[in-house]
Amino acid sequence: MRDVFAMNSDQLLVFTIARIPRAIALVLTGAGLSVAGFIMQQLSQNKFVSPTTAGSLEAAKMGILFSILLIPQASMGIKSLAALLFTLAANLLFMLMVRRVRFRSSVFIPLVGIMFGNILAAVSTFFAFKHGIVQNVQEWMIGDFSSVLQGQYESIYLILPAVVLAYIYADQFTIVGMGASFAKNLGISYTAIVNLGLFAVSLTVSVSVVTAGAIPFLGLIVPNMVSMMMGDNLRRTLPMTALAGSIFLLFCDILGRTIIFPYEIPIGLMVGVIGGIIFLFLILRRNR
Amino acid sequence: MIRFEQITKTYGKRLVLDNISCSLPKGKITSLIGPNGAGKSTLLSTISRLLDADQGKIYLDDICLDDYKSEDLAKRLSILRQSNHIDLRLTVRDLVAFGRFPYSKGRLTAEDQAQIDKAIHFAQLEDMAHSYIDELSGGQRQRAFIAMIIAQDTDYILLDEPLNNLDMKHAVLVMKTLRRLVDELGKTVVIVIHEINFASQYSDYIIAMKDGKIVYNDETDQVVQAHTLKEVFGIDFDIISKNGKNICNYFNIET
Repeated sequence: MRDVFAMNSDQLLVFTIARIPRAIALVLTGAGLSVAGFIMQQLSQNKFVSPTTAGSLEAAKMGILFSILLIPQASMGIKSLAALLFTLAANLLFMLMVRRVRFRSSVFIPLVGIMFGNILAAVSTFFAFKHGIVQNVQEWMIGDFSSVLQGQYESIYLILPAVVLAYIYADQFTIVGMGASFAKNLGISYTAIVNLGLFAVSLTVSVSVVTAGAIPFLGLIVPNMVSMMMGDNLRRTLPMTALAGSIFLLFCDILGRTIIFPYEIPIGLMVGVIGGIIFLFLILRRNR
Repeated sequence: MIRFEQITKTYGKRLVLDNISCSLPKGKITSLIGPNGAGKSTLLSTISRLLDADQGKIYLDDICLDDYKSEDLAKRLSILRQSNHIDLRLTVRDLVAFGRFPYSKGRLTAEDQAQIDKAIHFAQLEDMAHSYIDELSGGQRQRAFIAMIIAQDTDYILLDEPLNNLDMKHAVLVMKTLRRLVDELGKTVVIVIHEINFASQYSDYIIAMKDGKIVYNDETDQVVQAHTLKEVFGIDFDIISKNGKNICNYFNIET
């Protein structure tokens, strides 16, 4: 602790330019993606739907790609906006598909989402290939906080209003999670709440992908684990979900930075490995 | 009173509700009966604004349904559909508390809490108030949903096949609860029901439907007659009168 106060000017610079932004970005992304996952699971009435299994991450990447292709010097703001629009469109399309699918098996819908994501990724790769930037696109595939620096990460703060919005409308999201006829019975406009939820989710996903890249599984495993322990009443579980998401992401970050020190394993990879294992466990537990 | 006039509804080319008009009396249990595909559930969904009719008007206490604000209507009329596949881990108490949403908008007052307690007590769910609904049996879960509707405290309560998948004991429990809602709290209950004997024992009025039309609409004992039921369902009925109520045997009648 004394070291914090006894920093020389170089250390202080590193601290304010790189360390603090990185910590803030980690905390906000962890909280935001977990809450976004919870909302998506309520809106689609499916425990396995998340930004990873609904094509949202791929849509955000596609948005960034097209903003770069059209405006080569695109600023973070433009990239974020493009990512937001693409994510929102993909999420709306996915919800339409979910509602059309008659076969409501719990594993089938996320499978549709994963295929949907792969189609989007294939289209992105095609355009990236034509313009010779496949490698850049590959880079966004794997979330990484090492390039989070002061001046380039500020759009991540947009997660804050999204989470606040989720908390204000927590009851409405839970009611929508009970289905359209329940929502209507309680006098709630089903479509308006679904669209609001999709907007909050899209905002969170797009700014996190623009800032740090794709972080898989977070929005899937954290809500499911919190739900197992505390149930699905969003009003009650939202603070815990946000906290657990932040802690989980910080933990993965620290682990990724220490395992092969002084090098760093990208956090997307860390979360992917740990999250993938937990996801498998969740599916097996569910289908038992 | 719920009154509807000239309701028509088609699914694609199939005419499900064929220009029907009727009114449902206040403070009574009215059962909708009829063979599969007669349009019972569609009618219930239409008068509870879950479905839009192609033509026709519905009036709740002489005000057209379209003229109600959605949140106000939620305080007057509630609807519970069949097969509620809820994939949410909520406690019974949380679920029942959502019935207060039209009043509280999420901020439960002391009065809301009292209504929730009352609804749980009314549905005899005190023992499992803090259990998760996904851990309950089908009958218990159905009663939890009905408790939520009770907490919503609407004058009109519409239920689509509330006895679906319930064993005899739970079916009787649910019907007794509905009867008490009408007799003790003065509610108006409209149900779609398949088991004719439950309709006969517990309802005040029966509306019999066939091919999208209302064929009978009368007091229970008038509808539960061998010739009327044969016309509606196309099989023979043997009517037994016991304690002033009719019981039908249709299970295996020699013809």
